[in-house]
Amino acid sequence: MNNTIVSLHSIPVGKSAKVKKLLSTGTIRRRLQDIGLIEGTRVDCVQQSPSGDPIAYLIRGAVIALRSEDSAQILVEVS
Amino acid sequence: MGLTSDAMGIKAVDMGLIIDKEKDTDQVIALAGNPNVGKSTVFNHLTGLNQHTGNWPGKTVANAQGKYTFEGRDYILVDIPGTYSLMAHSAEEEVARDFICFGNPDAVVVVCDATCLERNLNLVLQTIEITPNTIVCVNLMDQAMEKQIIIDLGRLESELGVPVVGASAARGVGLDLLMKAIAGLGQRNENKEKLFVQYTGPIEEAIAILEPVIAEKLGREEGARWISLKLLDENRSLLRALRDYLGYSLVDDCTVASALEQARTRLRERGVSQDQLQDAVVSCTVQQAEDVCSRCVQFKKPDYNATDRKIDKILTSKLTGIPVMLALLAVVFWLTITGSNYPSQLLSSGLFWVQDRLMDFAGYMGAPQWLSNMLILGVYRVVAWVIAVMLPPMAIFFPLFTLLEDLGYLPRVAFNLDNQFKKCHACGKQALTMCMGFGCNAAGVVGCRIIDSPRERLIAIITNNFVPCNGRFPTLIAIITMFFIANMAGFWQGAASAALLTGVIVLGVLMTFLVSRVLSGTILKGIPSSFTLELPPYRKPQVGKIIVRSIFDRTLFVLGRAISVAAPAGLVIWLMANITIGDSSVLAHCAGFLDPFARLIGLDGVILMAFILGFPANEIVIPIIIMAYLSTGSILELDSLTQLKELLVNNGWTWLTAVCTMLFSLMHWPCSTTCLTIKKETQSLKWTAISFAVPTATGIAVCFLFSSVVRLLGLV
Repeated sequence: MNNTIVSLHSIPVGKSAKVKKLLSTGTIRRRLQDIGLIEGTRVDCVQQSPSGDPIAYLIRGAVIALRSEDSAQILVEVS
Repeated sequence: MGLTSDAMGIKAVDMGLIIDKEKDTDQVIALAGNPNVGKSTVFNHLTGLNQHTGNWPGKTVANAQGKYTFEGRDYILVDIPGTYSLMAHSAEEEVARDFICFGNPDAVVVVCDATCLERNLNLVLQTIEITPNTIVCVNLMDQAMEKQIIIDLGRLESELGVPVVGASAARGVGLDLLMKAIAGLGQRNENKEKLFVQYTGPIEEAIAILEPVIAEKLGREEGARWISLKLLDENRSLLRALRDYLGYSLVDDCTVASALEQARTRLRERGVSQDQLQDAVVSCTVQQAEDVCSRCVQFKKPDYNATDRKIDKILTSKLTGIPVMLALLAVVFWLTITGSNYPSQLLSSGLFWVQDRLMDFAGYMGAPQWLSNMLILGVYRVVAWVIAVMLPPMAIFFPLFTLLEDLGYLPRVAFNLDNQFKKCHACGKQALTMCMGFGCNAAGVVGCRIIDSPRERLIAIITNNFVPCNGRFPTLIAIITMFFIANMAGFWQGAASAALLTGVIVLGVLMTFLVSRVLSGTILKGIPSSFTLELPPYRKPQVGKIIVRSIFDRTLFVLGRAISVAAPAGLVIWLMANITIGDSSVLAHCAGFLDPFARLIGLDGVILMAFILGFPANEIVIPIIIMAYLSTGSILELDSLTQLKELLVNNGWTWLTAVCTMLFSLMHWPCSTTCLTIKKETQSLKWTAISFAVPTATGIAVCFLFSSVVRLLGLV
C-alpha cells in the first residue's frame, strides 16, 4: 500500500482518486457535499478547459467543473 | 435563452408561495429535483404551458405554476427551481425548501435523472424526511437505456417506501403513470415503511430526545424528525421560516428548549461539534443514497459516457475549444444571414406591394391624403420594415441557437470562458447569461439569478447589454451587408458578413470582460467566489419540437413585441416629420438639436434620435432612420439594400458612420423592457441607473475615440 495524499488539483486528466479530506469551508464545502463529494468518494479527472482552469471531474455520475482554488482544497488519495 | 413570455415576467412567475386554488379540492403538487433533470419538460407536458427548457442547469429560476385535470380532479403543479439539496445554501434552495416545508403541497414529486440517479437520491431522501407525500419520478429513462444503465424501479420503490414512476418526459412516456401515482397518493392507505436516513449513534440519540417533544408540540409526527435535526443544526433561515409559518417560535417553548438543550448536551458529551454534525448529516445521506443505488442500478457499460468525453475533447480542449466556439458562432450567423437573404427580399417586396395597394385603396375610398399618408406611409411602412428585416433572421437564428442549447453546448461555453471571467473577478456562469442575452437581454438579466454571489450577479446584469440581442442583429447585419461586403459575390458575401458579425460579437464579449474587470475593481470590489459548474450529458435534440417551439414561443413573441412598438413609433416619427414649427419639421428640429453631439461620436442627429426612439425596442432603429431620411427627401421605393445604401449615402453616411452606428448599437442603453427587468431583479433604482449608464458611457467613449482617431488620420 503506497498511497499518497495530494490535492485534487494535481490529479492529471484520465486519473482517478478517492477523497480523503475536504479543507474547503463555507458555501463551497456544502455545495461540494451536496453533489456527493464526501470522504471516500471516487473522483475522476476528465477534462481540462482551454486555459487549463477550471477542470472537469466525474463525481457520482455527473461531470462538474471546479476552479483550481477550490480543487486545491480537496485532499485526495491516489493508489 | 429563456425568451418566452414567462421568462419576461409577464405570466405566472415569481409567485413564491402564493398558490391560487380555485376549489378546496384542488391538489397542489410541487415538482422538485436537481437542476437539469427535465422538471420543466414534465411541467410543460402536464400543464400544456411553455416553460423554457434546454439542456443546462439553472433555466428555471422562479416558481412557475400551471394546472392540469386528471380523472375529473384539478391539480395545480408548481415547478420549483432545481436544487441539489434542501439544506438551503442558496436563494433557490431556500425557495424550494420553503415551498416543500411550508407551502403545504399535497404531494412533492421529485424528478430524478436516471443517468445520474445516485446523486439525485440525495434530494429524494431529504424530501422524504420532510414531507409525508413524496413521489419519485425517474426521468430520462430512455437515455439511461441508451447508456445501458438498468434501473430496477420496483426495487427502488420498495427500498424507498414511496411510489416510484419511470418516465421519458420529452417523449411524453410515463407521464400518465405519474398522474395516476399522484392521484392515488391521498387515497392509498400506506403502510409501507419509508426510508429514513440513519445517522450516526450520537445524532440518533439526540434526535430521539427531541423528536417526541417536537411531534407533540406540532401535533403531528411528519417532519418532526427533520425539524429536530434542523434545530440541532441551528439553521437560522429555517428557524425564521418556521416561526413565520407557525406564528410562534418553537424554541421559545420551554419544553422544546429544555429538550433541545438536553439533546445538544448529549451531542457535546459524545464529542460531536456543530461542524461535525453538519458533515455527518450530509455524509450519512450521501452514503444512504449510494447504498440504495448499489442495489437498484446496474451499469452494463462501464464507459457509458465515453462519447460525451470524446465530444468534450473537441469542444473544450486547449487546442480546439475556443476556435470551435468561434466557428460555431460564425456558422450560426452564416446560416442566419444567407438563409434570411431571399425570404427578406420576398417579404419586403410583398409587403411594399401591399403598401401600394393600400394607397390605391385609400385613394379609391377618398380618404384624406394626410390620413392615408399617416397610417400607410407612417404606421404601416415601419411595421412592414420591421417584419421584413426581423422575421427571417429570427426564424432561423432562434431554432439554431435552441439546437445548441438542447444539445448541451452552453455549459461548455461557460467552461471554456470561465478562466477569463475569473481574471475579471466574475463568475463563469455569466457566460450562460450572455448566451441568453443573445435572444433577449431582459431574459439574460433574469437568468443572472443562476449566479449565487450577489456581487458577481450585479456584474453580469450590468454587462449583459454588451451582448447584442436579437433585436439588434438585423441592424448589424444590414449595415455589414450594405457597407462592407457589397462588392463580394454569392458565397463569399455570406461568409464575410458572418465573419464580421462574429467579430462584432467578439468585441462585445471583450467589452464585457473589460467592463466586468473595471467594475470589480471599483464599485463592485471583491474576489471571485467559488462555484461548481455542471457539464450535463449531451442530449439528442428534438428537432421538430425545437422548430415549433422557437417559432411560436420566441420568434412570434419577439416579433409581436417589436410590432407593437413599431406601429406607434411609426406614427410618432411620421407626425414629427410632418408637423412643422417655424420653417422646418419637428423631426428636423430634434435631429438638428442632437446633431452636434451625434457628429462628435461619428453619428448624426437622425441616427441618435432613432436610438432614443428605439428605447422601447431596438428593432425599430433602422426603420426610424429610413423613415426620417425619406421624410426629408424624395420618396424612394426601398425594396433592396442597394437602394437603402444609396439613401444613407445621400444623407452623408460614410464607412465611419456605419462603423459608429454598429458600435453604438452594440454599446448603448438597454431597451425599456430590460431596464424594467433590471429594476425588478435588483430592487434598486441605483443599480438600474448604473446598468443604463455603464453601456451608454462606454459606447459614447468608444465611438468618440474611434471617430476622432479616424478623422485625425484623415481616413474618411
